[in-house]
Amino acid sequence: MNGVHDMGGMHGMGPVEIERNEPVFHSKWEARVFALTVAAAFLRRWNIDMGRHSRERMPPAEYLAATYYERWLFGLQKLLVEEGLVTAGELETAHAESKVDDARTLRAADVANYLRHRVRTRVEADVRPRFRPGDRVIARNTHPTGHTRLPRYARGRRGVIDRDHGVFIFPDTNAMSRNRKPQHLYTVRFAARELWGSDASARDSVYVNLWDDHLDPA
Amino acid sequence: MSDHHHHHHDDDPVREHDRPLSGPALRVKALESLLVEKGLVDPKTLDELIDTYETKVGPRNGARVVARAWIDPDYKKRLLADGGAVIAELGYVGRGEDIVVLVNTPKVRNIVVCTLCSCYPWPVLGLPPVWYKSAPYRSRAVIDPRGVLKELGNEVPDDVEVRVWDSTAELRYLVLPERPAGTEGWSEDELAAIVTRDSMIGVVQVTVPAGRK
Repeated sequence: MNGVHDMGGMHGMGPVEIERNEPVFHSKWEARVFALTVAAAFLRRWNIDMGRHSRERMPPAEYLAATYYERWLFGLQKLLVEEGLVTAGELETAHAESKVDDARTLRAADVANYLRHRVRTRVEADVRPRFRPGDRVIARNTHPTGHTRLPRYARGRRGVIDRDHGVFIFPDTNAMSRNRKPQHLYTVRFAARELWGSDASARDSVYVNLWDDHLDPA
Repeated sequence: MSDHHHHHHDDDPVREHDRPLSGPALRVKALESLLVEKGLVDPKTLDELIDTYETKVGPRNGARVVARAWIDPDYKKRLLADGGAVIAELGYVGRGEDIVVLVNTPKVRNIVVCTLCSCYPWPVLGLPPVWYKSAPYRSRAVIDPRGVLKELGNEVPDDVEVRVWDSTAELRYLVLPERPAGTEGWSEDELAAIVTRDSMIGVVQVTVPAGRK
């Protein structure tokens, strides 16, 4: 979707400000919403790409005004209701109308193991690559209304396959219909001038991770 | 950008008890109690998850990898060939474990961004800092990397190439910064101590602290 989350190349956002001695979480609620999101993902009612898309669906003005973990809170609440784990009424009142009986709840003793053995997005599947390193490609000029990993600034631009990373789940379809559609993931090199015009440095490049379905031969 | 606005006061350990929670703090508390009541999460699990990323998994992991690569050419060679697997030898595994290591040289500077959200190599750097997830960095790193680096005190000479890596997949990048001059003969521990998080994202270089020169 052409959302405000797709920020590459936008102007007017201000300076990059690095906080000295930054804590991992700035408040207790940030830590809790982080942990709630990871623990809820363990229930396997949604995949990581659905998780990302839930945050992108925050209304644009709210997205820009929100802090990072406010977006996580928005996305978690959305998925909990959409996937039927809680009702809108329960969210409103913060009281359970019923328990979820068959929930495979993540236990503290299993956290370390869970974090070590997360579901991987690399797939051991025999899928032929459409491109080889060195091939010239053009990123598709496409504007899907759902989730996509093809940033707007790269669409319609010409690049070169830098490397082939093997077969991965395709997030664009995995987020929308749980269709894993395994295919090759590449790093594609775009010259800075191809993306941003002649004011950009002739030496510089932007490398973008793109899948077979994002690319055509150039 | 409001990415920088944090509600420190909501969770001030002293004041939290005598003032009402506001905004997200209140909503998160309500959500947690609901999910516990539903049997979907266990509060002890949440504590364990938070402790993991506050005290166990963080940029000291990445610094260890960088220091080892600086003193052991064979390790560096293997690291560049198969980053994730070689990093896993130190026990740094988990979410985002397909890691590609990018080498800085006198002629090439690498910087990593996630323009769409916040993709980041958790096993070696932990959770990303606010500036990495902020609109200013996400918007500017791809179109004006030299301007961003200059603002951060890391101006890139014209004859040095800048490579920006937009991290949009479950494949994460770790920058191997250049080893600073004046560290010859240092131990792995001494070297690891000067490697910063931001140098492994690529926005600053590693320097020798004034006291060590």
